[in-house]
Amino acid sequence: MRRSNIVKENLTAWVFLLPSLIFLVMFTLYPILSTFISSFYKSDLSTIEPIFIGFDNYTIMMKDEVFRKAFINNVWFTIGTVPTSVCLGLLLAILVNRTFVGKALSRVFFFYPVVIPMVAVSFIWLFFYTPDYGMINSILKLIGFEELNLLGNSDTALLSIIMMVIWKEAGFFMIFYLAALQNIPKDLIEAARMDGASKWRQFRSVIFPLLMPTTLFSTIIATTNAFKTVDQLVVMTQGGPNNASNLLLYYIYENTFRFMDYGRAATVTVIVLMIMVSIAAIQFFTTDKKIHYS
Amino acid sequence: MNRLISISTYILALLWALPFLGIVYMAFKDASEQGYSLTFRNFIDAWNAAPFGQYYLNTIIIVIAILCVQLITITLAAYAFARMNFVAKGFTFMLILIQIMIPSDVLIFPNSNTIAQLGIYDTKLAITIPYFISAFGIFLLRQTFKGIPYELEEAAKMEGCNRLQIIRNVYIPLAKPTYLAFGLISVSTQWSNFLWPLIITDSDENRPLTVGLSMFAKASDSGAQWGIVCAGTLFIIFPLLLAFLLFQKQFVSSFMQSGIK
Amino acid sequence: MKRISILLSVIVLMFGILAGCSSSASERSGDADSNSETIDLTWYYPVNVGGAITEVIDQYAKDFNHAGIKVNGKKVSVTPVYSGNYDETMTKVQTAIKNGKSPDLSVQLSVDLFQIKNSIIPLDDFIKNDSEAQEMVDDFFPGFMKNAQTDGKTWSIPFQRSTVILYYNKDMFKEAGLDPEAPPTTWEEVIEYGKKLTKKGQWGIELPATVSGYWIYQALYLQNSESNMMSDDGKEVYLNTDEAKEALQYWVDLNNKHKIMPEGVLDWSTVPTDFIEGKTAMMLSTTGNLTNVKNNANFDFGVAFLPGNKRVATPTGGGNFYIFKDTSEERQQAAFEFIKWITEPTRAAEWSMNTGYIATRQSSYETEALKEYVGAFPQAKVAMEQIEFANKEISVYEQGKIQKIIHDALQAAINGADVNETLDKAQAEAEATLKAYQ
Repeated sequence: MRRSNIVKENLTAWVFLLPSLIFLVMFTLYPILSTFISSFYKSDLSTIEPIFIGFDNYTIMMKDEVFRKAFINNVWFTIGTVPTSVCLGLLLAILVNRTFVGKALSRVFFFYPVVIPMVAVSFIWLFFYTPDYGMINSILKLIGFEELNLLGNSDTALLSIIMMVIWKEAGFFMIFYLAALQNIPKDLIEAARMDGASKWRQFRSVIFPLLMPTTLFSTIIATTNAFKTVDQLVVMTQGGPNNASNLLLYYIYENTFRFMDYGRAATVTVIVLMIMVSIAAIQFFTTDKKIHYS
Repeated sequence: MNRLISISTYILALLWALPFLGIVYMAFKDASEQGYSLTFRNFIDAWNAAPFGQYYLNTIIIVIAILCVQLITITLAAYAFARMNFVAKGFTFMLILIQIMIPSDVLIFPNSNTIAQLGIYDTKLAITIPYFISAFGIFLLRQTFKGIPYELEEAAKMEGCNRLQIIRNVYIPLAKPTYLAFGLISVSTQWSNFLWPLIITDSDENRPLTVGLSMFAKASDSGAQWGIVCAGTLFIIFPLLLAFLLFQKQFVSSFMQSGIK
Repeated sequence: MKRISILLSVIVLMFGILAGCSSSASERSGDADSNSETIDLTWYYPVNVGGAITEVIDQYAKDFNHAGIKVNGKKVSVTPVYSGNYDETMTKVQTAIKNGKSPDLSVQLSVDLFQIKNSIIPLDDFIKNDSEAQEMVDDFFPGFMKNAQTDGKTWSIPFQRSTVILYYNKDMFKEAGLDPEAPPTTWEEVIEYGKKLTKKGQWGIELPATVSGYWIYQALYLQNSESNMMSDDGKEVYLNTDEAKEALQYWVDLNNKHKIMPEGVLDWSTVPTDFIEGKTAMMLSTTGNLTNVKNNANFDFGVAFLPGNKRVATPTGGGNFYIFKDTSEERQQAAFEFIKWITEPTRAAEWSMNTGYIATRQSSYETEALKEYVGAFPQAKVAMEQIEFANKEISVYEQGKIQKIIHDALQAAINGADVNETLDKAQAEAEATLKAYQ
């Protein structure tokens, strides 16, 4: 009797899982595998059938300056956006958690960028950054400064995109931190206060550790987003000038759909996959110890 | 000190609002007049310049379709992981985790090949199908289901309910906040999706708003007639902002209740 | 909760109604096979210039669909599909072909030939068997057929063709004490006039370095050398000759040294807007922007041949019609009929007046409408007259990659990189890219 129950439970479970698994296999697992295999073939406009070339795609790509730039840019981009937007999210949550006039309105102002599609945000900021009649330059001219061509300058293009992303994402993390802050048992803070701990001490020893899960969660999301960044590039800079704002996903997009270099596209995709898995692994293992689950 | 902090908050909030205010300013500005004069012309021109009505319909259909399918797949899968024992449970859970680590955006190259093989290029199905599964949703819901007292399920079993009925009567009602949180995230993510629909559709009948906006903005006068582009942008974000303002409370509270730790 | 669901249903209903009331989206042919009554062609086209171009194209489609042209007894109609700029159209076309949903015809850069050669049909058979078609081909300006032919065959038909031209603001010239009827004709004069025209809030000249920036650079290249940037067979490029370096240095110096051009990379679409807004006194852009400038500028402006250096020169530009191979012969015939219809002299003239592109047929300039137009607006003739000095636009295998290499080099130099190093590097990259075709 028990065996048929076990069989029944197994079957039912698998039936429940099947819908999810089908799509998971079709659009996550199979693509990963096929990309991995494709990366060993040369396949572009010059080949009629893909040619097997082993690891050559990788060695050639490593020497490609554009790839190197996109990779380094992505690293800088991650460094520029992840700590900043997560910390800013925490800061905003703390600010908004207080009682003051305009609390609800402030929350709206910080959060609304999150609900706007990145594409729309790109047009908004493109207008912001446009030389001459764009908003930033109009203001600069008003106060007598030289105008800036922020997106047309290799030095400032990536930074401009970073600013935009921080603006958009901070509010998202703010909400998570807000929820977490409000879930912290008041008596813990009371206890610390009564022990004579300063506000800063309270924060460091009581509040921040309890926020670790949210911090981990936010950091993972922010990092994942950093490697998914592409919408803005399609609209605003096309990766330029001179690849100053080229990022890995845009590089994949360009090679797939502009240059039809499928071998290269597959190879970079594999690299990005490895990066994402490593990031997730590192973050899970290093912060695992520090998480306090109440 | 308190005053100082409040003032800093106000300044920050204003900074955050600035880009949006700029867009509103430009959308209502009459471009043909010197100085500033209010006009609705930009909105009319923008609406006529591209089939925004069609784009709205497409986006709504796509978003709702994805959400409906997701709700079904994640509920079943979350229940299986939360309450059932089966062969290769740990292994399949790991597979689900892979999707959290590797979002489909990164897989545009192989996924576009799959769509080609399926022969469904330029259809709403092609836009929606990679999103029918949500590892994030499974994860979230499993957490919630695990938090529901097992006694309730046992009681339902006593009354002779089968698994599906148990899910429907016990688990789903109690997980409402989680469903709401998930729904809001799914809708806003899918509403904003841009690159995938861009490469997988061709015709106005299937384009969502995001793609429509970018094509429209590029096609307008010299690509830089900002009044009209800003008006078009407002078309896209207006319903989202409205929904956000209406659902604000639910949004925040559902996050707190669903216990995303 | 109930109130919210009601509100939601109302909103969804509203949008549903809106969607129904909006202008009906153009109908698309379901699959490649025509049904028994009609042949509905799918036509991908780009817009690379300002102006309400999509409306003009839609009107042409309407007119053609009413014209009742028949092939094999079936009525032919066309559905134009706007697909972005030239780059994006290339992406769309390639993706559609890969997915088995090839369009019937497209307008793409004349120089996209090598990139899509495997997917298109040569048109010689259609031309040979049709005296009207032969007449049409003979009537095109020979300069426009150059990029359309290779391997002894004709692969495309000119549609929206252009050259680079110099636009200048006559009012600003007068203000600066320059003769408004005497625009600069040499590189030195550009610098000289530019200095007089540059002041606070106004620049002397703007050159765009994105999208079609490589094309503007090719103009400078051609003006500084006797030969072209690439070989005729599309397999070689010559990016680091001394002349190439001088041309790039001239571009870069316009800002770095002479301060007559704004700093940094200027965007293809922003430059014409800057000119219209009075931010710059001169600009180099496609003649395709002529009508856009005419309609929107509230000052007196002129256009002229490009200022030359060692010679006066310009590349040709713009797009041609291509017919795709993955469709039935009947559809290909129908597509050809449409092409014949839309390139008729009067229509080509109309298209030219609506955009500023050069009317591709020589006989267009004999039509009443165009003669009158050019009489009242002589600027419209300048680009056409410049064809005498036109050279083949750069057209090579791996056009996408090579174009990017040129853009990267251009943008790097503008942002301060050493011109010599930049072009040497670009040449090395280009050679590596083209190695597979040698």
